[in-house]
Amino acid sequence: MTAQADSGDSRVVIQTADFSQDAVYQAMRKKLGAAVGAVVTFVGLVRERNAQAGSGEVVDTLTLEHYPGMTEASIARILEQAEARWPVLDCHVIHRVGTMRPAEQIVLVAVASAHRDAAFAAAEFVMDYLKTDAVFWKREVADGSAHWVESTDQDRQRADTWQQK
Amino acid sequence: MSDVGVTVKFFASLREVVGVPEMQISASSLCQLKTHLKTQLPAPVLSELLAPNVRVAVNQALIEDDDLVLADGDEVAFLPPVTGG
Repeated sequence: MTAQADSGDSRVVIQTADFSQDAVYQAMRKKLGAAVGAVVTFVGLVRERNAQAGSGEVVDTLTLEHYPGMTEASIARILEQAEARWPVLDCHVIHRVGTMRPAEQIVLVAVASAHRDAAFAAAEFVMDYLKTDAVFWKREVADGSAHWVESTDQDRQRADTWQQK
Repeated sequence: MSDVGVTVKFFASLREVVGVPEMQISASSLCQLKTHLKTQLPAPVLSELLAPNVRVAVNQALIEDDDLVLADGDEVAFLPPVTGG
């Protein structure tokens, strides 16, 4: 058998190309009409300095690798958890893979709900779990040397706080 | 050797350590597959590949059970800890 890149969930898109936050937002507005009272969109960018001690190293490039099929499914599960917890009307994730440079967009999370509290909370929840549970690996070239980025306890702890809320 | 052919994939740092993105192996269980890898790969590579924090997926589902029976055409993946989006 072969792994298929399609998770069956059209709300999750993995691509190398850049994306338009506004295109996703406008598509959600058009689809949902007057039922929606709040749309929260979050865009993650490549920072010019990494998380190394002190003021960080200067990042040259960040390369994201994924496992086609499994990665989409891991993100779809996060969206399903958010939907089970808050009254979400619609949600989308676009995640880029490949090599990016500082200031480029990496990830978009967009959540629509009737009210802002659910939209804010669900968007934050999705982003927190994207950092810990989504199947991606990051390779960074910083200060002239390449290394695989290790997962941080900080991200794990942040995601874990949702279990207590 | 069994007649069960599986595709073994290595991701991220493990791909670099092993030196190839994937290989074809005959093995009828995960346990047998690991035994087979032990005969093929040098010790330093194995210690990274079989490290406790490396997870194994069969047909894209995470598997803990080494006795899992593999079917012809299955896809087994070795996944280093994910670093998220």
